[in-house]
Amino acid sequence: MTPYGSSSLAGSTHDALTRKSTTASRKMAAHRCSCSSWLFILFSLSVFVVADIHETTPVNDHHGGADHNAQTAEQTADQPAVEGRRWEATEVKEAATVDAAADTQGTSAPETVVPSSVPQPKDDFQEELVIRPLHSGDIYASFQFRTLWDTDFMRENKVSHYRLFPKSLGQVISKFSVRELHISFTQGYWRTMQWGQPFIPSPPGAELWVWFQDSVTDVDATWKELTNVLSGIFCASLNFIDSTNTVQPSASFKPLGIGNVTDHSFLRYATLPREIVCTENLTPWKKLLPCGSKAGLAVLLKSEKLFHSSFHSQAVHIRSVCQDWQCKTTSWELRQTVNSVFDLHNSGQAKREWSLFKMFSRTLTEACPLASSSKLYIDITDNPQGEQFELSPATSLLSQAVVLGDRRTFSVYDLTQETTFGSVRSLNLLIRWKSNEGEMLRPLLHAERYVAGYGLQTGEIHTLMYNNHPYRSFPVLLLDSVPWYLRLYIHTLSVTSKGKDNKPSYIHYEPSKDRVKPHLLEMLIQLPPNSVTEVTVQFERALLKWTEYPPDPNHGFYVGSSVISSLVPSTVAMDTNSTRERPLFSSFFPCKEESSYFVRIYTEPLLVNLPTPDFSMPYNVICLTCTVVAVGYGSLYNLLTRSFQIEEPNPGLAKRIANVIRKMRGVPPL
Amino acid sequence: MAAPLTLLLIVAVTIRAALFRSSLAELIAERVEVVSPITAWKRVVEGLALLDLGVSPYSGDVFHETPLIIYMFHFLVDYAEITFMLADVITAVALYMAVKEYNKQVFRKQKFALEADRYPMDSLELIRSPKEMYYIPLKVAMFYLLNPFTILSCVAKSTCGLNNAVLALFFLSTIKGNVLLSAIFLCLATYQSIYPITLCAPAMLYFMQRQYIPVNFRRVSFWWFIVQYLFMYLGSLFVLICLSFFLLGSWDYLPSVYGFILSVPDLTPNIGLFWYFFAEMFEHFRLFFLCVFQINVFFYTIPLSIKLKEHPVFLMFMQLAVISIFKSYPTVGDVALYLAFLPVWSHLHRFLRNIFLVSCVLLACSVLFPVLWHLWIYAGSANSNFYYAITLLFNVAQILLVSDYFYAFLRREHHLTNGLYLKRKDGSEATLILK
Repeated sequence: MTPYGSSSLAGSTHDALTRKSTTASRKMAAHRCSCSSWLFILFSLSVFVVADIHETTPVNDHHGGADHNAQTAEQTADQPAVEGRRWEATEVKEAATVDAAADTQGTSAPETVVPSSVPQPKDDFQEELVIRPLHSGDIYASFQFRTLWDTDFMRENKVSHYRLFPKSLGQVISKFSVRELHISFTQGYWRTMQWGQPFIPSPPGAELWVWFQDSVTDVDATWKELTNVLSGIFCASLNFIDSTNTVQPSASFKPLGIGNVTDHSFLRYATLPREIVCTENLTPWKKLLPCGSKAGLAVLLKSEKLFHSSFHSQAVHIRSVCQDWQCKTTSWELRQTVNSVFDLHNSGQAKREWSLFKMFSRTLTEACPLASSSKLYIDITDNPQGEQFELSPATSLLSQAVVLGDRRTFSVYDLTQETTFGSVRSLNLLIRWKSNEGEMLRPLLHAERYVAGYGLQTGEIHTLMYNNHPYRSFPVLLLDSVPWYLRLYIHTLSVTSKGKDNKPSYIHYEPSKDRVKPHLLEMLIQLPPNSVTEVTVQFERALLKWTEYPPDPNHGFYVGSSVISSLVPSTVAMDTNSTRERPLFSSFFPCKEESSYFVRIYTEPLLVNLPTPDFSMPYNVICLTCTVVAVGYGSLYNLLTRSFQIEEPNPGLAKRIANVIRKMRGVPPL
Repeated sequence: MAAPLTLLLIVAVTIRAALFRSSLAELIAERVEVVSPITAWKRVVEGLALLDLGVSPYSGDVFHETPLIIYMFHFLVDYAEITFMLADVITAVALYMAVKEYNKQVFRKQKFALEADRYPMDSLELIRSPKEMYYIPLKVAMFYLLNPFTILSCVAKSTCGLNNAVLALFFLSTIKGNVLLSAIFLCLATYQSIYPITLCAPAMLYFMQRQYIPVNFRRVSFWWFIVQYLFMYLGSLFVLICLSFFLLGSWDYLPSVYGFILSVPDLTPNIGLFWYFFAEMFEHFRLFFLCVFQINVFFYTIPLSIKLKEHPVFLMFMQLAVISIFKSYPTVGDVALYLAFLPVWSHLHRFLRNIFLVSCVLLACSVLFPVLWHLWIYAGSANSNFYYAITLLFNVAQILLVSDYFYAFLRREHHLTNGLYLKRKDGSEATLILK
């Protein structure tokens, strides 16, 4: 009680008020306090903390590393007063106010109490950067820019006045009746085992998936047109998306926004694993931001540094979301994200330290003036006491969020505050490592894939899925889209875990059509606890027409990543009530169930060699084969049209000429 | 004669059963020479698996067999080995009986001709004796059952063996003079792979010869017979196609089976001429050459029927050979069927010109197929041209073989009418040439 009370007296912005209530409610749900009374919390907070520890203790025994974080978080929560830190949302006084407000509003959740007195703008822009030091020594930086717009693109009269929302995308939405659009361009492969889960996963290359409105009659034609338009908008080769790499997953890609659509005939999914992502994709992406790359966090996105990273992924997600808790009205949400992993540790400097300037060759000087919120989060979960690294300038603002089933603690820099930039009017965040030990939490779900076999006739695709949870099994949805030129034999499909046959409870298989559509395989597989599940399927390599090979045919053909979607048991219980005021990076995937969280994993893309014809031979082959056919035709023609005759001695040339002359003269020949 | 045949059957079945049990079976089943995309057993199993998953086997491009086959194996899949061995046995026995009957007829005809003094005196040594004809049916059965091509085809469970059985039954019922059965089996064979439709002509010619109907376009009886036969043939084809439709409830199988055979989208290497040609073809000429190559198979029917209208059985042999050389997805099983007929024409051997060369080339090619395949696909030390060269050579050898037999047959007929030892006008020994 005491620490909370003391810290509560510190800050008192209205913003902090709401955030505080959110955190409190999150904690409540987190610890499964069914009690909804705020008064109860006020008077029994100390009991609550004790009970809290009691509740987490048994979990500790099973969860191994996971509980460590939870406990650390608790310890941190006990000590902020000592360290002089300030929690972002722990003002009991304000809580009481909110409490009163909540009481007047009946059972409505706290976030509906967003300042109703202030006239809310119809559109809203938020930006955010999360930096997480990874145990491998790399730095994970994740940018998210969210534009919310309370409008209806589908209504009769066209939306013509745009403020924050990019007009090019708005027109795309209304012209093609898009319900949801997700597009990502990624260079490099996300190493789950070393880096943990990304906030927003994406496969190597380009990925595009779109839900169309029910009003679309010819989905395929609309999709074709849409890919071409997007190809222009993002300067990418999305125009290579055609029926041979488009599938309609039946279960793996549910809409992330509102709208309970089940008819997957309005869904199209395609990947281009070979797509190279570079500056020409980033520039149009940056142009979609309200401030462009002139101000705010986007100034850090300089291509010369950004593409000098181990992993780089940029994405655009458009969906419609609830505007408030009751979800009476909806608004369109545009999320633009950039995720990248910088390999600073190995990049030549012996010193283990990094700064914004080192990573991006820029420092932050201001927030985007159009942004309602602009924040920088540093993940300090593994560094509660500052024993691992040292942050400078230090911030007293802390925040906690449950992301991907894990409770994380973040230092927050609010860029909208003048004080953040200090006297030099610029923020160059610096982290200096003190020690380099510490182990990472093993991801609960992890997958890898490879091609087995030798020769160019057949092969076998192996997909390994690891469930690292010590005692819980959970189901995963595996989606495989394999191009037609690898002919899958579904009867050779085998799923084994722990040496035993593990029959998928659901299989959706669409065989390929040559030069028309790819294979689609979706399976629901239960992964036993602490096990490796191996999915194998054999394929045959097709010989293609010589014009169907790419210019470097012996490089091989790419097969897009498998997609594994799963509800993974959470290490901490999660609350679902707060959809609005959480940090952006933790609110992407909607989560229905408290005890688990949604994870999507992409495996490595495959590179498969196919047999090749000799590309220098077309004329020779045509000539030689036609010769053989002609030999057949000629010999049969000979025998069919001619008859046997006795050979007469051949008259000499002179005699023949003489005979011709005699014939002309009308004299009998010699 | 039953005892040697039984022995032969036992030997053949034993060889196959032993190979089925050995580790070679899997290796053989993967060989592109033995199985084509249509006949591969792996694809039939895939079709069954798709049916089990509730997906139409024709919605994909892996399964191309006919609906009847898939429904047959829906019940027989556990007895597949026995089914394929049985198919080979049926083929051999049918060929045996048919050839026996055919020899009888040949002998009878020859006797009539001798009695009518139709042969010149010096061609009497071309007359076939019952003694040399006695073992021909057994040889035919042996050529089919012990041919390595047939054995490989059977061990790979290539559905080609079933097609061969149907064709052999068609041959048997035709020789026996059963018009209805002949039409039904021919229709079954056509239903399986389109190309046997060209065997209509020899079958009709044979029946007309047997029923003493003159092949004359101005005669009503000629047309009446053709209408009758075509009615039976097309009627059973209609029944089969409708039956397939009702089995699956859709017409998907038509493009997937017949469209696949005719448009050759799958360029998996095989022993035929199509795969590399269409892999290397310029796209805008593709349709043209496709038509040329497919017409090539059907085209020879007309001139051959005119030339060989007196000899429908030889015509049938020629048609089978032409089909197996020029069809879009040939396998060694198809080759084995017409090779089985060679003992029937053993009396032509004295007129064959290059049988030694051709048989050497065929043997060498059969050995080189797997070698060059290995070099291309596994070792990577050769490329596709090597394998292609061997398919070319194999086909040239087949063409030479067939045209050689055709030449020998025509020449024997010539000698039978004009005498064996021909003289020039000046009395010196003459050489016979085609002019």
